[in-house]
Amino acid sequence: MYKYDNYDQTIVNERVEQFRDQTRRYLAGDLSDDEFRPLRLMNGLYIQRHAPMLRVAIPYGLLSSKQLRMLAHISRKYDKGYGHFSTRQNIQFNWPALETVPDILADLATVEMHAIQTSGNCIRNTTSDQFAGISKDEIEDPRPYCEIIRQWSTFHPEFSFLPRKFKIAVSGSKGDRAAAMVHDIGLYLVNNEKGEVGFKVFVGGGLGRTPYIGKCIRDFLEKKYLLSYIEAILRVYNRFGRRDNIYKARIKILVNDVGQEEFGKQVEKEWLHIKEGVLKLDQKEIDYAKSFFTSPTYSKDAVDDTSYNEAKKSNKSFLNWTTRNLYSHKIPGYTAVIISLKAPDVAPGDATDEQMDFIAELSDLYSFGEIIVTHDQNLVLPNVKQVDLFLLWEKLKTKNLATSNIGLLTDMICCPGLDFCSLANAGSIPIAKQINEKFDNLDYLHDIGDLKIKMSGCMNACGHHHVGHIGILGVDKKGEEFYQLTLGGSSENDATLGDRLGPAIAKTDVADVIGKLLDVYVKLREEDERFLDTYRRIGITPFKENVYASN
Amino acid sequence: MQVIKDKSIINDEWSLIRNIENSDPIPDGDVILPFLFWEANREKLINSKDKHAIWVDGSIETESIANDLKYFIIIALDFPTFKDGRSYSHARLLRERYKYEGELRAIGDVLQDQLFFMKRCGIDSFKVRDDKNIEEALKSLKDFSVRYQAAADDDATISSQRKFK
Repeated sequence: MYKYDNYDQTIVNERVEQFRDQTRRYLAGDLSDDEFRPLRLMNGLYIQRHAPMLRVAIPYGLLSSKQLRMLAHISRKYDKGYGHFSTRQNIQFNWPALETVPDILADLATVEMHAIQTSGNCIRNTTSDQFAGISKDEIEDPRPYCEIIRQWSTFHPEFSFLPRKFKIAVSGSKGDRAAAMVHDIGLYLVNNEKGEVGFKVFVGGGLGRTPYIGKCIRDFLEKKYLLSYIEAILRVYNRFGRRDNIYKARIKILVNDVGQEEFGKQVEKEWLHIKEGVLKLDQKEIDYAKSFFTSPTYSKDAVDDTSYNEAKKSNKSFLNWTTRNLYSHKIPGYTAVIISLKAPDVAPGDATDEQMDFIAELSDLYSFGEIIVTHDQNLVLPNVKQVDLFLLWEKLKTKNLATSNIGLLTDMICCPGLDFCSLANAGSIPIAKQINEKFDNLDYLHDIGDLKIKMSGCMNACGHHHVGHIGILGVDKKGEEFYQLTLGGSSENDATLGDRLGPAIAKTDVADVIGKLLDVYVKLREEDERFLDTYRRIGITPFKENVYASN
Repeated sequence: MQVIKDKSIINDEWSLIRNIENSDPIPDGDVILPFLFWEANREKLINSKDKHAIWVDGSIETESIANDLKYFIIIALDFPTFKDGRSYSHARLLRERYKYEGELRAIGDVLQDQLFFMKRCGIDSFKVRDDKNIEEALKSLKDFSVRYQAAADDDATISSQRKFK
């Protein structure tokens, strides 16, 4: 993984001192709330319902065991002993005291971490594929490019006061696991007809109140132009994006207003001016970034193991876990393990300090000391030998970390909702709990198979409900919590926005309505068809009828 | 009136004319005029004054003033609120694309914590908001000693200093 040099370290250290001074001036009354707000936001610090919330950046979701131990330490020392992994591959602490935040940042800086630009109207953490570097379908590892973008965007002087927040995702595989189509800029590493690798560039995707799928403005961008091209996009956006209405300020609105083709032309025009300038990447710079993302030394005899197959035959729960919680690795004998943070009795994405320490230890023992945060709010050990899987599973069970539900109904994406967030209209965590209570039969869940439920407590769509196979949006109706369901969304290569099922439903009915939707699926599915595919084949009517007929 | 210029605090005699009708008489003395007024009175101004200063906000495209840059010794960029970041782009365009070498002054909601970014975009003088401490603000020009990306300043970027193998 990327390792800081003196320059990187100097920047985060100086940031700690800058924020310490800003906090001091705020507490002394020299900065008004309004003036302090964007400063703290650019350090990921929100003022929430109960206390501040601090969001810490995990660049493209990659953590070392040492960093995860530090996150455990922070949750123990400054918070209530847990952290919440977010859909943007970051971690959030819900209870730190404002005065301690400079100390938290100082602690983070000792392990090459920070909270820079995790909020505010600036370029946010660049996200990527949780299986980068190990996938069979990978064209090229996207992380070196994420790191190049991270450095370029950090304290970018021109783009720190954009009309609105700005999110970039990079996918390096044929299968998009980075949801690149719903980002302000989505970059896909692709081959051109000459076999060279470059980027296909999408802009203007995003969820929120007005969801859009990204539009392609360039089929092939040579790697050396990566930064000059995205600087051109950002400059057009910074100059011409709307600033009069917060709900119309994202780049997606600009792209939609001027049109995909015209927006592309404006970018190309700006790009011509800067294309061959200082931003043009030298091959040495690319190679330098790449040098940090080499493969670990895999053991050649990993593939000879037979104990794994034996264990699967003799232990049904282990077999269940292996069918859901593993991801096929490019190296024979190895696999990626997905640690579910969606146990039935916890808020989706939460991990305690003890669990974080434990996972750090497991990653040292079994996976070269690396952990990846997924945008589905789980953790991945990317390089585990088959022979170690059974023991690893047994250890995970002791800390409630072996729930066999990856990609299943209960592997829900969920925002913090009304319980924590001051923007929310309705709770998300209680709905997750309700769903977990109703669907507690593992055989049923495995039978239903792949199903992405995504839930947001308000229109801001932090839980990505528009792209859930079943999306759940919390709405407020005269002080009561209601839930609007959508069907058929996807954030993968076939990205689509879900269709509205019908009128919002009462809080107590959410899990039952999901049950009714699944009854339709079970009745009408063909062979191995997933819920999403059945929906696409038969349309919304049968689902609608079954849910609303009885009312 | 005090401004930060070339990294120190100086007294400055230029007065900023915020509101003026295009048909109004040309004000006397060293005045920073709205670009639209200057443009409307272009010939008269060029004949009557040797030193010209204008101010623009983010809605005036840099391209529309680019042909007149030779006249201006000061271009003031307005930040109606510090959250309005358009003038950062305009500053860089003026310096990097149009090679403007006169003074670029930040006016409006100019606060300590934005000074470092403004400086990097090529702004070299700062009219810090009146109720703020200008000495404190001056310190923020040095908030960071290193920078990742190139901008309008001459400081070396990190990647240009790294010794690539």
